[in-house]
Amino acid sequence: MSLPSPWRADFPAFAAFTASAQTYLDSAATAQKPQAVLDALLGYYLEGAANVHRAQHAPGERATLAFEGTRRKVAQWLNADSPEEIVFTRGSTEGLNLLAYGLEHLFVEGDEIAVSALEHHANLLPWQQLARRRNLKLVVLPLDAAGDIDLEQADALIGPRTRLLAVSQLSNVLGRWQPLAPLLALARAQDALTVVDGAQGVVHGRHDLQALGCDFYVFSGHKLYAPDGCGVLYGRRRALAQLRHWQFGGEMVQYVDYHEARFRPPPLGFEAGTPAIAATVGLGAALDYLGAQDEQAIVAHEAALHQRLLAGLARFDGLHLLSESHTAMASFVVEGVHNADLSHLLSEQGIAVRAGQHCAMPLLRRLGMPGAIRVSLGLYNDGDDLERFFAAFHHALELLR
Amino acid sequence: MNLTPAAQAALDAFAHTPGWEQRARLLMQWGERLEPLSEEERCEANRVHGCESTVWLVPGHIGGALHFRAGSDARLLRGLLALLLLRVNGLTADELSEVDVADWFAQLGLARQLSSSRSNGLNAVLQRIRALATEASL
Repeated sequence: MSLPSPWRADFPAFAAFTASAQTYLDSAATAQKPQAVLDALLGYYLEGAANVHRAQHAPGERATLAFEGTRRKVAQWLNADSPEEIVFTRGSTEGLNLLAYGLEHLFVEGDEIAVSALEHHANLLPWQQLARRRNLKLVVLPLDAAGDIDLEQADALIGPRTRLLAVSQLSNVLGRWQPLAPLLALARAQDALTVVDGAQGVVHGRHDLQALGCDFYVFSGHKLYAPDGCGVLYGRRRALAQLRHWQFGGEMVQYVDYHEARFRPPPLGFEAGTPAIAATVGLGAALDYLGAQDEQAIVAHEAALHQRLLAGLARFDGLHLLSESHTAMASFVVEGVHNADLSHLLSEQGIAVRAGQHCAMPLLRRLGMPGAIRVSLGLYNDGDDLERFFAAFHHALELLR
Repeated sequence: MNLTPAAQAALDAFAHTPGWEQRARLLMQWGERLEPLSEEERCEANRVHGCESTVWLVPGHIGGALHFRAGSDARLLRGLLALLLLRVNGLTADELSEVDVADWFAQLGLARQLSSSRSNGLNAVLQRIRALATEASL
């Protein structure tokens, strides 16, 4: 059974990959773009580039309409209350840094910030550095044996000094959905702000942020089949209102004199300078594209691929999964074989997977591993991709053993 | 630039090896020729950061010539380190500054291993070697 992807033909990169004998299994790092997104990027430039929110002229108006159209589409995609709750960023990393600077004024010495032990560096370092700037305590919520944030320990660790909880929705290494609902409830009970890193989670399934009830949610366009250089910070209106401005420059101002200025409220007050206009228009096109597909069919295809990946990996002796992943990826090590050697030989055979620490050094250290191989899937992968990976993997192990 | 006999032997072996598999096997064989490092030499001070694998680089001299030793926990990287040291050791610091290491790896059929997108850290090792050689010659 070949398990074809009905969406593969929509992504021109796969023709190039076929021509260069590459098998792309690294979508958790960044995803390929459908033709519709490429068309939107090119279309924006072909019709005439113009800056947004500034000019009266027709090209400027067209660019602004397309740009603001994406804001509306993102708000709908996330079921935000209003497009005004959508701030455009360069990506998840910038969104989290924006929060760590914009919320800094709310913290006093001794306050606590809770993160989990599985966070990507992007959702660890901004908080770690904020804690160091303000003499706060960074509390690291431990994981249970399965690789999920341990709720019992979280309950004990999230307390009256906790002012903010920042956790991933879906781990980029373990591939497990984190128990957000109970975690957010624990934080809310302490009146702490809640930040969800949706960089991986947003790619798999639709998420209703009003139902989730977090204060902030960040994601990157490039993992969601959209161009790189644009991302989203969602913030509930009340939460956004607590942010102090952090980057200063053009277009985020209402009034400027040499020695003082007044700034715009969110979202525009947090979008200083010229944004990634083409990429943001491309994000709108990606959401249009995804919205036009049968969501259940995508979920079913990704689940079938994931099952086949796990079943195939289970046939290799000495292979240890880092976790029982829920979706779209598997991270593993092989006994007696260095992950760098494996990744070297896989790349020699045209297999694009990720090896190393996956921007989660503390997690890998805690698991006692110098690194791991991660195979990750997108909606365009098919059974043949996996067969080529398994064959190359088998071959690599033969050489190394 | 003259190659040492050992470097010439490596070049002869690799340049006539067409397939990636044979090259990988050769790399592992040449990696075994690295002089082993002692427990004390595998220390934090000798770690080269910027590598996904653990790499140690131990500086040294024999007379006026550079004599680095290196080790790693990854086998193919050990081979790459061995090939790098073959080209570096025996030179003076001045001579090293003239050597085009990228060209050396290209001649071996291993050009990709030194490119900036590689996370194997070979480039980081080379930078460290150049820095240490310059430092020692000052």
